[in-house]
Amino acid sequence: MVNTIDPPMGLVAELTHRCPLQCPYCANPVALHRSGAELDTATWRRVLHEAAALGVLQLHLSGGEPTVRKDLVELVRAAAALGLYSNLITSGVLLDAPLLQRLVQAGLDHVQISLQDADPGNADRIGGFAGGHARKLTAARAARQAGLALTLNFVVHRQNLTQLPAMLDIAEVLGAGRVEIAHVQYHGWALPNRDALLPSRAELDRATATVEAARQRLKGRLVIDYVVPDYHARRPKACMGGWGRRFITVTPAGKALPCHVAESLAGLAFPSVREQSLAAIWHDAPAFARFRGTSWMPEPCRSCDRREIDWGGCRCQAFALTGDASRTDPACEKSPDHATILAAVAARSTTPPDFTYRRYTNAREIVD
Amino acid sequence: MNDEAAIPALAVGVKFRFDTVRQAWVVLAPERLFLPDEQAVAILTLVDGARTLGAIIDDLAARFDASRALIAGDVATMLQDLVDKGVLRW
Repeated sequence: MVNTIDPPMGLVAELTHRCPLQCPYCANPVALHRSGAELDTATWRRVLHEAAALGVLQLHLSGGEPTVRKDLVELVRAAAALGLYSNLITSGVLLDAPLLQRLVQAGLDHVQISLQDADPGNADRIGGFAGGHARKLTAARAARQAGLALTLNFVVHRQNLTQLPAMLDIAEVLGAGRVEIAHVQYHGWALPNRDALLPSRAELDRATATVEAARQRLKGRLVIDYVVPDYHARRPKACMGGWGRRFITVTPAGKALPCHVAESLAGLAFPSVREQSLAAIWHDAPAFARFRGTSWMPEPCRSCDRREIDWGGCRCQAFALTGDASRTDPACEKSPDHATILAAVAARSTTPPDFTYRRYTNAREIVD
Repeated sequence: MNDEAAIPALAVGVKFRFDTVRQAWVVLAPERLFLPDEQAVAILTLVDGARTLGAIIDDLAARFDASRALIAGDVATMLQDLVDKGVLRW
């Protein structure tokens, strides 16, 4: 049998770890890079060329906050010239009308703006940035005025979930074509903040019913993507659509990863785009081959009829909760480690503890 | 939508293009993408923001060996599905 590797669909370009916000559920690693460690413009341009040639169709410009990069417009223009669909994933607090105009002229296809809540005061408290919410709304309106397709992203958790109907209203009123209601995934900064964020089963069920009703009401007008929390699930997610299957992430310092959290995995050496081409990494890097497909799987995954649906779930979650990245995702109720998930839900405190904000002074390590 | 005077168009932020790496048509949309089947490709290539639903049905009826009524039903169903997915708008 010939073992062919399909080309990746998406490149997640984490341009920087710098960000004016301090969200306690940030998916960035708890070791942060400063600007001096970031790839330069010429290297990013080369990576974009290599991505298009490899078969990448969509470019997700992420961070940190990608608009702090001075070369953002230039990179969008380069992506457009290569036929890459460009998606800017931003907090929106630095996204004013003149910058939007330049991005649209450069060929930007879509912008996703994150909001921390529908309530301005609570949103600013969660993001750790006074006045941020108002700036985000202004940016969202300016994006629509510039003719850009707009997604609003709401990360939801026990400290904002009651505002869910108001969040959906904001998306409708602002004319977003798409809204993401994404329950926190417990990686990066979210894991140490788990008790402050994890909703109860009843809170989750209410939110799910609200989303289902809104989907019916807004069908054909607003696409609602809903991401449920693993901790109340019976089956794991197909993390990134499967390891090394659909996505390649490049970190600010140039590490190539199968998923933006994968640097948390001990024992895997991830290659750098400074030293190897994206094609060589995708096809040959041992770290990309390690959990690709099904042959690496332990039981109960190996004989499970869902093994090519969820691909064993999330490697980073398996590692974070069991210390072994090659085990079945504990989110699966068939996992021998599922009790760790149930214990975390059971141990959840009645009152949420204070946040540990995502900032350089709280980072486990800083790379200059 | 059964009004044959209606004009379907790609929604804002949606692109339909041929990918030379995969040798296949792709629909690129906000944070999602679709690999349309042959039937969807035949319809999407006729969606240009100018042709009416009726004109699209006429074109396909002339090319495929099936009754116009059958094609009209299939096209309307597929277009509405693409509208619901946020790929097209009326």
